[in-house]
This record gives sequence, C-alpha cells and structure tokens, in this order.
Amino acid sequence: MRPVEPVLSVDDLRLSFQGIQAIAGVSLTLASREILGIIGPNGAGKTSVLNCINGFYRPQRGRVVFGGRDITRLPPHRRAALGIARTFQNIALYPGMSVLNNIMTGRVIRMRSGVLACGVYAGHASREHVAHRQVVEEIIDFLEIEDVRRHLVADLPYGIQKKVELGRALAMDPQVLILDEPMAGMSADEKADMARYILELKDVRSLPMILIEHDMGVVMDLCDRLIVMDYGKKIAEGPPGAIQRHPEVIRAYIGEAAEGPAAH
Amino acid sequence: MATLIARPADPSSSFALDAAADTFPKLLRRNAGMFGARIAFREKELGVWRPITWATYYRQAKAFGLGLRALGFQRQELLAIVGDNRPELFYAALGAQSVGGISYGMYQDSLAQQLTHLVDFSDAHYVFCEDQEQADKVLDMEARLPQVRRIIVEDWRGMWRYRHPNLTSFAEVLRLGRDLEASQPDLFDQLVNAGQPDDTAIFCQTSGTTALPKLAMLSHRHLLAQGLNFHSVEPHIGPKDEFVSYLPFAWIGEQMIAMTLHQLIGFVISFPEEPETAQRDFREISPHFTFAPARIYEALHTGVTVHMLDAGWLRQRVCAWALAVGGRVVDLRSHGAPVPYGVRLQHAVARHLVFRPVLDKIGFARMRVAWNGGSPLGPDYFTWFHSLGVNLKQIYGQTEIAGISCVHRDGRVHFWTMGFPIANTDLQITGEGEIISRSPSVFLGYYKNPEATSQALRGGWLYTGDYGTLDPTGDIIMFDRMSDVITLADGSKMSPWIIEAMLKFTPYIQEAMAVYAPDGGTLAAILNIDMRSVGKWAEDREIAYTSFADLSQKPEVLDLLHGIVRDVNRRLRPEWRVRRFVSLYKEFHPDDDELTRTRKLRRRFIAERYRSLIAAMCAGQTTFDAALLVHYEDGTTREVHTTLQIKDVETLER
Repeated sequence: MRPVEPVLSVDDLRLSFQGIQAIAGVSLTLASREILGIIGPNGAGKTSVLNCINGFYRPQRGRVVFGGRDITRLPPHRRAALGIARTFQNIALYPGMSVLNNIMTGRVIRMRSGVLACGVYAGHASREHVAHRQVVEEIIDFLEIEDVRRHLVADLPYGIQKKVELGRALAMDPQVLILDEPMAGMSADEKADMARYILELKDVRSLPMILIEHDMGVVMDLCDRLIVMDYGKKIAEGPPGAIQRHPEVIRAYIGEAAEGPAAH
Repeated sequence: MATLIARPADPSSSFALDAAADTFPKLLRRNAGMFGARIAFREKELGVWRPITWATYYRQAKAFGLGLRALGFQRQELLAIVGDNRPELFYAALGAQSVGGISYGMYQDSLAQQLTHLVDFSDAHYVFCEDQEQADKVLDMEARLPQVRRIIVEDWRGMWRYRHPNLTSFAEVLRLGRDLEASQPDLFDQLVNAGQPDDTAIFCQTSGTTALPKLAMLSHRHLLAQGLNFHSVEPHIGPKDEFVSYLPFAWIGEQMIAMTLHQLIGFVISFPEEPETAQRDFREISPHFTFAPARIYEALHTGVTVHMLDAGWLRQRVCAWALAVGGRVVDLRSHGAPVPYGVRLQHAVARHLVFRPVLDKIGFARMRVAWNGGSPLGPDYFTWFHSLGVNLKQIYGQTEIAGISCVHRDGRVHFWTMGFPIANTDLQITGEGEIISRSPSVFLGYYKNPEATSQALRGGWLYTGDYGTLDPTGDIIMFDRMSDVITLADGSKMSPWIIEAMLKFTPYIQEAMAVYAPDGGTLAAILNIDMRSVGKWAEDREIAYTSFADLSQKPEVLDLLHGIVRDVNRRLRPEWRVRRFVSLYKEFHPDDDELTRTRKLRRRFIAERYRSLIAAMCAGQTTFDAALLVHYEDGTTREVHTTLQIKDVETLER
C-alpha cells in the first residue's frame, strides 16, 4: 500500500525566545482521519508547536506544510482561510457577544460580501447571511447548546464556553482542527460530551485533529497516535499503548517511580 | 366549528362513531385527504419553526407503519415509544396503529431499570427510541429483554459506532415502508380498513401512586369518544388554535390532546427544539390552550412570585396591589356579586400594568383556557391564576377513563371542586364515599393484571379509589385518595392533600407530605424546600450554604418554614393543624420512587422509607439522625448521613 500523503507536516521546527529554546527541532505529520495527541510536562513547548502551525509564531527554522503547500511564511488569517482552525487553552471568545454571534465570527472568513453590502443587508448579502446562519445552527445543534444560543458568553459556565470555542472553530469549515486543552476545567459529564464530539468529528466528518490535553485517560482513549515532548524536544512517538510503556516517557513525564500514566 | 365527526344528536344514546373515521389511522387518512396542505405540526429545528402538513403526517405514518410490517410487525403487537416530544413519535404511534398494532408511550426520564421492567412486562417486540440516550437504556439491559426484536432509533446522532443486529434507524424503517408500498400499493389501505374501533389503540401507564405502574388498555373508541365528549363541553377549541406539546408522550393528558383532540379538531401542535428550550419556545408560540399537571402551575407560580420579590420596591408594591385587585374581582364574581365600577377601573389598570406583561412572560398572553390535570391543584393557586386573569380549570379523570370525566365549566369554576361531568359521563358516590364513573371511555382492563382490573372495573363502572362527595352546585368534590383519607377521633375525615396544598402555596416549599400518627394524635409534615427560591432568599440575606442538604437545615431557613407552617395553621381547623415538621435533606424524586413520573406523592412508599423519621416526629424527638441511600442520575448510589432538626409549631389560641 502506498503511504498516504499527510494532511499536515512539520519539519525540524526550531523556535527560541531571546536565547530560550522553546522548540528544538520537532517534526511531526498528521494523517487524514487521525487524532494526534501532544503530551508533555508544562513548558515542554506543546502550545508553541501549535502556535507555529497556525501562524502565531514564526519559527527561526523548519517548515510547516499543509495540503502540499509550504505555509511557514503565511500570516495566521491566511492559514485559517486555508482550513486550519484552533481553540485556545485560555478561552478567547468575545464575552460581550451572544453564543450565536461568537460562532458566527468563525464564518467571517468564509463571507464573500463586503462590509457595505452586509450593512445594507439586501440581495446577495442577506442570502449569504442565511446560508451562514444555517451552518452555525447546525453547529449549535451538534454541540447541543440550543438553550443558550442567545445568551452572552460571559454569563455562561466555563464548560459551555469551551463548547462555544469549539463551535467557532468548526464554523470555519476546517480541514484540520487544533485543540489546546479542550477539556481543562471540565466536569466528568462535560468531558464525556466533549470526547463524544471529538470522536464524531473524526469518524463522521473525517476531520484530522491535533490535541493537547493533560487528562491522560482522555488522551489514551481518544488519540490514535501520541507525541511526547520535553524541553522543546520530541522524546517519543507512537500509539498510546506503546507510549504508556516507553521508559523515556515514564522517566521524563510521569516521574521516576510511576509504573505508567495514571488514568486521571 | 369544523370537527371531523358529527356529534351524536342525542348525547345519551350509546356512543357511535362515523365508520369512515372510527380509528386513529382512518381519521388520519381522512384528515390528510380533507386538508392535506394544512399545518398539523410545527417543529423548531436549527432555530426555525418548520411546518409539517397533514399530508406529511400521513405519509410518514404510512411509511413507518409499512416499514414495521416489513420488519415482521403483526396485528395486536406492541410498539413501545420513548423519547422527547417530536413529530416522529406521532408518526411511529400512528404507523403502528395503522398496521393493527398498539402504541405504548413510556416516560423518557425513566431509569434504565424501570424502563426495562416496563418493556419486559408489556411484552413489546418493538421499541422506538427517540435518541441515543434512550437507546442506551434499552441496549444496556438488552440481555433481559429477549422478546425485543427491533430497536428503532430516530435521531441517529452519536449512534455511528453502534453495531447491533437489532438496531434499525428510523430512516431505514421509512425506506423499507416505501419499498413495500411500491411493491404492494394497496396493502396500507387494506391494513387500515381492517382496523376496528374496539381494537386496542394504546397502552397507558397509570400514575401508580399506590403500587407499581399498571398498564391500562384503551381502544380507539375509548379515546375518540373521550375527545368528542370533552370537545362538546369545550367547543371553543378550533382548527386555528395553537398548542405546544412538551409534556411526556406517555402521559394520558398528552394522548388526550396531542393525539386524540388533534386528530378530531385539527389545531396546530408545536414541538419545542429541546426540553431545555421548552419554556422559551412555549412563549414564542403563545398557545391558546394548555393542559398540564399541577407541578407546572406550581412552578409557574413560584417563578413569577420569586421574580416579583426580586423587583424593586415600587414594582413590588404595584404587583401586590394588582394581585389584590385581581383577587377582589375573583372573589366578587365567585359569589355572583356585581363588580363596582371603581374596582372595574382599577382592574383594567392592573391588567395593563401587571397582568398582561406577566402573562406574556410565561407564554399565557393568548391563553383561553388552561387545564390542570393529573392531580388537583390547591384552591390558593386557582385564586392566584384567576386573579391574573388566567381561565384555569380543573380536569378530573383517570387514565382508566381515557383521562377525563369532569371539567370545570366556564363561569362556574369553583376552586374547591373537580368540575362537572363531561358529555355522556355519569359519576356517583358509593356508600363508602368512593367516586365511581361510567362513560363510553372506560378502559378494557389492565394488561396481565386481572386482579387489579376486577378491582377497578365492576358492572361497567370505574371505581376510582378517590374519596369524594357531590357539591350542591352539582360539581364533584374530591377529598383525597380513599387510602389516604384519615378518620379523626370524632369520626370526621381529614385530607392530607388539602393541608399539603396549602403548605406548598409559597415559593419556598416545593413538596410537602402530611403524616399522622394515630397513636400520638400528632399531625406532622415533611417539607422539601424549593432550592431555587430558598437559595435566592438565603443569598439575599447573606447566608452561605453548600448544598440542598446544608441549606435545608439552616436555622434561618427553618425559621422561615416555621413561619409558613404557623400561617397555614391559622387557616386550618384545630385538629387539622400541623404540630411538628422537618425540612428534608433531599427532594422527593421519581428516581427514588418517592414521586410518580407526573410528580405525585407515593405516600405509602414515602411512609415506609421514612418510617423511623416519622416515628421520631410523632414521639417528640427534637433531632433525627438520618442515613439514606441516594440514587444519582448516573445510576450510582451513596449513603448520606445527616442530622435533621424536628421543629415544633406552637399551639394557637382559638
């Protein structure tokens, strides 16, 4: 069988901030229909890798290739337009706007009418709005947040805000979804819901994902493949079962005495 | 009035139905033919109300019914239906009935075990689950349900990983049905024509306040007769009216209105998007009539009262004034006295300033009539709703008589009665004081329970088990369940329900149960605080609390309850007064078998479960250490230890 062309690949990424080496030569690939987990202790450089992929950081060296195209030099909004969407560790929504409008902002990148046409809201602009609203409503339905669609984001509990963030990322019609700790601070029920959404996105919509998460139970259950990082380096890579037994991982990440990653 | 079946000219003659529409499937076929393009249902999907015509209703029911047939469904077989209210539940029920089957609605909040027990008992071979949540319950327990041949799931979301030989999607059933129709175009009509009015149409779970649920069997004739007899006393319900279906499909009240009356009259039924959005969707539709159990009205009263208490000083005063004016008008009218012009003027001001905005908020702006059923609502609630200008009426009836035997008549809404019998319905009081009733809608019997059937059904009369009497106005008064009525030392009867209804008429008490110790002669009450309003009350007073259990035992909260009980006692005869009470550390809940699914107290069960607490109350203890197993919604259990304060309520003079 011919190896499948990866959707996204990162090649020998290096990034340093005033002498501090955040990423010291990391490479990774993401296949279609794959959930790739990145784990590692705090400060290992996980989020920095994500920031390089979606364009918040410019690496000093290395390449990011998406859909066969080198996007290393593209600004973040161009990458988003190409189909790289992400959620953030610290929720980055517009707190003074409704759930509906927050998710709608994810559609802006797909809107073709200009500011003036949208302001007049006639003809093509209004038809386009209806079509976007349809997409947004389907996402609201998918995430089961109908009851809060008109609530201000600031008034909502943390777990729901996390869902809204995922919703906004989905509104961009992504080809790749990057999730930075999607379950941090969630209750067991909310985590179960989020896991269900992630699996459905993978299985039904064939959406490849890169996931950073600290809940090892979740990571082991959801991810097809894991990358372990420590001090800006990739120290291990493989399927969850193998990573659990990897001596380097146990030493660097889990701790000397541990027999394997704990469930929670 | 465009009812579809002519009403019998002589209401006392035996009940005949038009042969072309004497079953639900025939009626549906006729409706689709007569006004196919008219709107039957409206469903909110993706935030937009989407209309569904009678033609679609019929087409989907037809496809589903034939699909069931293709899957081997036989006449007289049962389709169990469980899920939130959606048009698909109706397609499924009508589809099953069309091919000669029986529909059996089950409460969607039932635990997996309860659901399994009921599916097993009913011998249903086919189960319709609205979504993954319900499918999971059935699949979890599937090993104990060998007779189930097919589990049909409507909303396939979340089901993409399930591989189970007995699972079929709703869409697949429709497809099978359409294929069968293509190969045998006449089959459906033949099957529908074979249906007879005396065939069993539905199984309906009775509320079961006294024992495990029983399954009442009702025929097409029973339900259709009920609908016509009911409509003849509420003839204003017309095809242009709006109704919102949000109460469990399993409840007889929903079968009465959304199934039966809908088919007979043809109004528009709207389905909320999700249970969580029901209240908002209800308000958007602003229906012309509604039928709900007492707990809904109690919750509305609590919600509005809490909001009023939350308002500023001026608005609070205006609301209090308006309610007082409304109360005065209700009082005068109930005595048949003329309302003075000054009061009328004030009433008009109150209506514009307070009543209309409040009614708009709760979706009652266009409400012509609101029926209460299931369990009676206290007179205080009636006064309150009528003060606001809501035409709230009591419906009295049992599942066994297709849901209704009596309803209040317009202009004769006596808050203390259950109303007047509907057309073709007789009620009598036996020598023991039991209410018995007879109508063309008295059921066939309980499924697989001849003992209970022979108890309830004697000589064509339904023995209701309710203790009651006839009011001089001709209305029926229901005192309480026969088994719950307490005979006092002087031979007079006491109804715990009346005391409880008075105790509950405050936003702070969610549920109350009066218990009586025959030996000590002490009347005591177990109270459940209303978490929302008591929590708010505590926050306003800067009282910190952690949980329901914690809040329920706060000295300030106990003082609040004490004041409420004392005020209720003032309005009660001395021998009816509550001497002691506890604030329970948890709410009574259907999952703990303490309430029925329609939120009625299951007294015997509660009395048994809290036997030692009740004994402690009657024995004069001041505290009680409770240890109880609490069931959580995820199915886990935990033992809870807590100390309850038992409070005395001082004896009043007079």
